Amino acid sequence: MRSLFPLLLAITLAPFIQGVINRTKAFVAGRTGPPLAQPYHDLWKLIRKGAVYSQTTTWLFRAGPVVGLAATICAAALLPFGAFPAAMAFSGDLILLAYLFALARFFIVVAALDTGSSFEGMGASREVTFSALAEPALFLGIAALARQTGHLSLTSVLAAISTGTWMHAAPALSLTIGALMIVFLAENARIPVDDPATHLELTMIHEVMVLDHSGPDFAMIQYAAALKMWLLGALIIAIAFPWHTDNPWLDGIAGLTGMLALGIITGVIESSMARLRLVRVPQLLIAAIVLSGLALALVPK
Amino acid sequence: MSALLSSLLFFAAGAIGAIIFANRERWATLLGAGGVVLGCLCGFVPAARVALGGAAQSLRMPWDVPYGSLFLQIDTLSAFFLIPVFLLCALAAIYGAEYLEAYRGRKALAPPWFFFNLLVASMVVVLLARNGVLFLMAWEMMALSSFFLVTFEDEKETTRQAGWIYLVASHIGTAFLLVLFVLLGRANGSLDFNRFTASSGAGLLFVLALVGFGTKAGFVPLHVWLPEAHPAAPSHVSAVMSAIMIKTGIYGLFRVLTFLGAPPLWWGFLLCGVGLTSGIFGALLALAQQDLKRLLAYSTVENAGIIALGLGVGLIGLNAGMPAVAVAGFAGAFLHVINHALFKGLLFLGAGNILHGAHTREIDQLGGLLKRMPRTAAIVLVGAVAISGLPPLNGFIGEFLIYLASFKGAVSLDGASSAAMLITIAGLALIGGLVAACFTKAFGIVFLGHPRSERAAHSHEAGLAMLLPGFILAAGCILIGLFGAKVVEAMAPLIAGTTGLAISLVRTNLAEIAHSVAAVSYVGGALVSVAMLLALVRAIALSSRPVRTAVTWDCGYAQPSPRMQYTASSFAQPLTETFGLLLQTRRIVAPPHGMFPQSASLTTQTPDPYQAYIFRPAFRAIGRGFSLLRPLQQGQVQLYILYIALTLLLLLLWQLA
Repeated sequence: MRSLFPLLLAITLAPFIQGVINRTKAFVAGRTGPPLAQPYHDLWKLIRKGAVYSQTTTWLFRAGPVVGLAATICAAALLPFGAFPAAMAFSGDLILLAYLFALARFFIVVAALDTGSSFEGMGASREVTFSALAEPALFLGIAALARQTGHLSLTSVLAAISTGTWMHAAPALSLTIGALMIVFLAENARIPVDDPATHLELTMIHEVMVLDHSGPDFAMIQYAAALKMWLLGALIIAIAFPWHTDNPWLDGIAGLTGMLALGIITGVIESSMARLRLVRVPQLLIAAIVLSGLALALVPK
Repeated sequence: MSALLSSLLFFAAGAIGAIIFANRERWATLLGAGGVVLGCLCGFVPAARVALGGAAQSLRMPWDVPYGSLFLQIDTLSAFFLIPVFLLCALAAIYGAEYLEAYRGRKALAPPWFFFNLLVASMVVVLLARNGVLFLMAWEMMALSSFFLVTFEDEKETTRQAGWIYLVASHIGTAFLLVLFVLLGRANGSLDFNRFTASSGAGLLFVLALVGFGTKAGFVPLHVWLPEAHPAAPSHVSAVMSAIMIKTGIYGLFRVLTFLGAPPLWWGFLLCGVGLTSGIFGALLALAQQDLKRLLAYSTVENAGIIALGLGVGLIGLNAGMPAVAVAGFAGAFLHVINHALFKGLLFLGAGNILHGAHTREIDQLGGLLKRMPRTAAIVLVGAVAISGLPPLNGFIGEFLIYLASFKGAVSLDGASSAAMLITIAGLALIGGLVAACFTKAFGIVFLGHPRSERAAHSHEAGLAMLLPGFILAAGCILIGLFGAKVVEAMAPLIAGTTGLAISLVRTNLAEIAHSVAAVSYVGGALVSVAMLLALVRAIALSSRPVRTAVTWDCGYAQPSPRMQYTASSFAQPLTETFGLLLQTRRIVAPPHGMFPQSASLTTQTPDPYQAYIFRPAFRAIGRGFSLLRPLQQGQVQLYILYIALTLLLLLLWQLA
């Protein structure tokens, strides 16, 4: 039963992070900002709406959001939270996690191409480009953790990282966090890679891909995006806040505080810098690959 | 063994029957395709039985050829490769019967059926042969029969060109194999495979095998014939060539490794290097292609690279005495052989349907085919997801095993071996991303959006014989995805036989891997259920709400046209630009001029860099070198008589000395 806890936590609290980010951005800009629960209201509003479909589209356009969300939910079953183990843990589940995200991406991209619109083609093209470069960084980062701990399952890897690990492997862990943070920002379409706040701006990636989705389909896409952000965030937080007390609830609260902090940090990053030019994004992602490569070189063995 | 021999007889009967009835094309087709199907059915059962751990059977007959013996044997390794041969060839024959109908009246249909039967028979003999001479003869027959199939449409200049490139590349590969077998035979006193043992100079033999068999398997930089030959051949032949004929190269590599004894570390490094180069270059070049079948050919190069990576990781594990790494690596390489046969066969047959229905292979001329060819679209989608290595289909299981092997190695090895494992992990991740980009492009631009040309707008669905094989292969992709654990466990005798590890040790390690694979399949099943549940939720949410159709959001522009869609080249542009240094894409730009520009154009081409910068200059230089000998050929009889006299004189002098 305890192993279902991370899954339930992710499913219920995922949109909350976006609320925190938006609130932080508003605070830095000197506004009050939307309530923290605004993403939930938005989702609820979308679910109750009808939908408009393009004449060009086929069943794939309707299947895209469904498969995308299903894959992301399955990914949520693989990630532990705090002291709670993941719903499924097996040797190599870290590979499956990354490929479930890739499956979701495949279907969202194909659904975008189904509209026959240049905008969405553009977004789709950028999405596959940047994810192809983010993937090696993510895998090397995970490999650094696996080598550090000697385990091949996310639950055991993250359980093996403790404050003690930080004592003797701080450089490697910080570099890994740096790499994963870049992957987190890129994969979740945040500044400096993508700007989630601008609509119909030609330089965007994720928002432009889902331009033609509406109603419950759009709700599923937004929710899947929130969930993915929660999951990649939880991975980073499990490394950065590895407090293991004897009380699992206390650990859970530490984890939630970490997620809150991550939301605030992301909000501060978004407020303090502009989006990079598109041609610079590959350089950022290659920097992430280099960071995780360095982390691997520093893993004491 | 007798069942396999009778399957060879069926192929022979099919070949001869097709030629006898050359004037009655319906009969030629029936006999040609029937011979292949019956032969494959006949051979499938014994192959499956031996692959699952049945006893090896052999047959030996005297043969008058010097150093040759008619020595055939089926063991687990042969049987494992025979299974996809029989499956794919039977399906391709059924497909070809309808596909070639379109050429009736324009082309003679008996020769392609004759050569198709010959190709299948020669592949089977290559896998069964246990004598160097017999092997090379079958190898040569395989190359020649496929050459005649590639040049089926020999009225086209490009096809003839492709045929020559294929013939030359094939024979360069065979030349290395000839040296390999001569060296092996000289050291062991016989050309029978069972006499070959580990000898000194194994390193040289390994390199010879890697070059010789790598040419057939399509390793970079020996791959240049693939993107020429695969698009030129009829689609069912491309499917057979790409899905299994190139696998005979992989088979050869595995077979030679069993002769060469314990592998040194550098073999593993070399294979990982070859695998990464092939994988990354293949994926990048596939992404840059605008011809659908050329794209698939490059993707074959990429998949051969993934198989080499699995083998390389396995060899490193074997060398380090880590059976867990070795078993997972070999299992991944073997499973990817089967997987690639399934989804690449499927994709080439799908490309054949597109060519048949829309009469073009140019991706940028297509679009919107999903509405016109829904069944082809469904099977190609399965193939595209599978080849991108995504769960819950078979492609992921194969790559998962190679990842798992590399992760296990990266965690427990040290130094250069561990670095090789980490580079493999990063390389596989990059390849995965590039392939996903490539196949979202191929599927998205071809099947989705608006038709980009009249031909695409008037395309039509293929008939049953051209769809059924695709559906069977798609079912195979799904089944291996869901029951991968069973397949992995069944590979125990195969891996034990190839690696020389004790079978109990292999079984223990495979059981552990199968546990992970079963969990992957379990998540795959959960994924399908969750998706169905979400689809239900969506249907309920929309049931009481207005659902309208409108045009695609066009920012208020009143006259959107299909030409405004994103094209395959524009989709791939950011990645080809990022990797521009490797690809050397050429841009020919004629920008618009003046206030009211009349015309402007932009063309991008990505020729094969190895072909353009290495092979073509090299062959041109060789040609120039030979043209220096031209003065010898004057066409004067007196001169030739002088040559004869001089030769005789020299020979006499040599005899005296």
